[in-house]
Amino acid sequence: MLTVRNLHAGIDGNEILRGIDLEVNAGEVHAIMGPNGSGKSTLAGVLAGRPEYQVSAGEVTYEGKNLLDLAPEERAREGLFLAFQYPVEIPGVSNTYFLKAALNAIRKHRGEEELDAMEFLALMKKKMGLVEMDQDLLNRPVNEGFSGGEKKRNEIFQMAVLDPKLAVLDETDSGLDIDALRIVAAGVNKLRRPENAVILVTHYQRLLNYIIPDFVHVLIDGRIAKSGGKELALALEERGYDWIKEQGLPVGA
Amino acid sequence: MEDQQYRGSYIAGFELFEKSLNGESASPLHAVRREAIARFASVGFPTVRHEEWRFTNVAPIARTAFAPVLRYDGAGVTRQVLNRVGSADGDPFMVVFVNGFWSEEFSRSAGLPAGVRIESLASALARRDEVVLSRLGSLVAAGENGFTALNTAFLREGAVITVEDRVILERPIQVVFLSRPSAEPHASYPRVLVTAGRESRLSLIETYASVSEGVYFDDAVTEVVLGEGAVVEHDRLQIESTQAFHIATMAVRQERGSNFSSNAVSLGGAIARNTVTAVLAGEGCECTLNGLTLAAGTQLIDNHTVIDHAAPHCTSHELYKSILDGKSRGVFNGKIFVRAGAQKTDAKQTNKTILLSADATINTKPQLEIFADDVKCTHGATVGQLNEEQLFYLRARGIGEEEARDMLTFAFAADVVSRIHAAPFRDQLDRLLRARLQAGRIATES
Repeated sequence: MLTVRNLHAGIDGNEILRGIDLEVNAGEVHAIMGPNGSGKSTLAGVLAGRPEYQVSAGEVTYEGKNLLDLAPEERAREGLFLAFQYPVEIPGVSNTYFLKAALNAIRKHRGEEELDAMEFLALMKKKMGLVEMDQDLLNRPVNEGFSGGEKKRNEIFQMAVLDPKLAVLDETDSGLDIDALRIVAAGVNKLRRPENAVILVTHYQRLLNYIIPDFVHVLIDGRIAKSGGKELALALEERGYDWIKEQGLPVGA
Repeated sequence: MEDQQYRGSYIAGFELFEKSLNGESASPLHAVRREAIARFASVGFPTVRHEEWRFTNVAPIARTAFAPVLRYDGAGVTRQVLNRVGSADGDPFMVVFVNGFWSEEFSRSAGLPAGVRIESLASALARRDEVVLSRLGSLVAAGENGFTALNTAFLREGAVITVEDRVILERPIQVVFLSRPSAEPHASYPRVLVTAGRESRLSLIETYASVSEGVYFDDAVTEVVLGEGAVVEHDRLQIESTQAFHIATMAVRQERGSNFSSNAVSLGGAIARNTVTAVLAGEGCECTLNGLTLAAGTQLIDNHTVIDHAAPHCTSHELYKSILDGKSRGVFNGKIFVRAGAQKTDAKQTNKTILLSADATINTKPQLEIFADDVKCTHGATVGQLNEEQLFYLRARGIGEEEARDMLTFAFAADVVSRIHAAPFRDQLDRLLRARLQAGRIATES
């Protein structure tokens, strides 16, 4: 589904990603872990098309297309979803208005008919239960006045409504209490189907108690320093990142 | 036209106007008109050397000869035209003027409750209504500047709205000034006089619009008097032709415990200037002035407001927002006076601007003059572009860049639109504004 080859990217001339290689297939959940500043959020941002990042080398193929050629909205319409680390407040735009516009843009792209207000409402109702969202939150402007946990749940709610093929979750677990973490994890697990894939960017192992990854990658200094199965996450929890740094990085990157 | 020349053309216009008055020229009011035209002849239009007009050069108005309109002609005015400018069929009592003249065919006031009067100024003047005569010009002096002088000199038509003490009017009254441009540019001089009696309640909508694009000049004066405890809700839409000149002066006087709140939306005009002055004359008044400007092309839209806290325990709120595209220019000047003795004044002023293009500019100036010591006055101004992070968030969900820009721009405007009092008018404006936001730009026509 997603192939990343030798990806170099940065911001304002500072290189942050220094040769990422990653292969994600349908049906897989990949966890990307790593210390602060290792480039986790940059990778998520580059995949979603954040305009402030510049890609200096490498390629990213998604569903047979050159992902880097696509505008952020085109990526979303092709089924890529980024759950933001810091969801933005948008005063004056209601959650429902925004999400209906988003869903219909995606449906239109897929050649499906746009949903009318009634059909959309029915869909919202169905997905709301999934993340235990209040109707009240949906009528409010996007994320305005939401608590940290509500913002993250809103991300998962949007993901549930838009039903992406590839979801990239950027530290969605950070700052969540156990209940919110459980809700978020349940939302992600619902998306887990043979035809979908998930990339979990996380700082902590605890999310991985709820969402069992197929692969764990450790990102250090803009490169994937080590990859393994779910047991790698447990080793990181116990031993930290230093032992990986000491093993040394691949030469020549 | 050279300086003296343009003055001469208004004086010549005044002579034509005088002849059309048919003998009315013996009335005491006519002496006021003569005095006003003499005043105009001596002061002319303000120039950028006047502090109040520093950023608004009205020389283009002086360069065109504008003839006065001498009779009613409703040709070309249809229900569709009225609907297009936000005057829905249905709810409001409506008074329509065409090129400054009262339109019998489009005005309707059937079913007005007892204690509420909507009258044409011409008929009030013909009756020599003493109350109307005494109130005309009581808040806006003819000598204020060249524009108010001209409006007074050509005083003939307008709307007189009177709500008697303790009368509550549930449905809004809408006053529509329609201009129909022609090959020969005309000037019209709209005048509105509103008197809200003690503990009365009124919802008023003013609309200034044109039948089609063209060059003309609207020089309007509105006076609103609120008695003790009166509540007046005021919504205003200025959607003149983008080739037109719109100069409007509104003055409000509030007696004790009254509440005036205004939402003014400005979309049209090559040069549009709104001067709003509210005097909080009695204790415990509340005054809210909100404004929204959308401009593009080479439009210049200027909002000058004065809130004069002349009595203690009064509250004022002010929120003016501008969205400027192309090479348009915005001006905001917000004066707040707190007179000696106006203790416990609570005044808040906010001015926010979004520039959609690199060539658009705003001149914003808060001006607080405080002569009392126990007051709370705050002001803030921001100027910026659309928020890139919000834009990316919308795009990352599949919404196209242009649609995302329109959504954010509308959201910025919605803050003011949502405050519009009259619900059907608010819905109309909502649609009108959405139609103006096209692919991340402001269209000057919708």
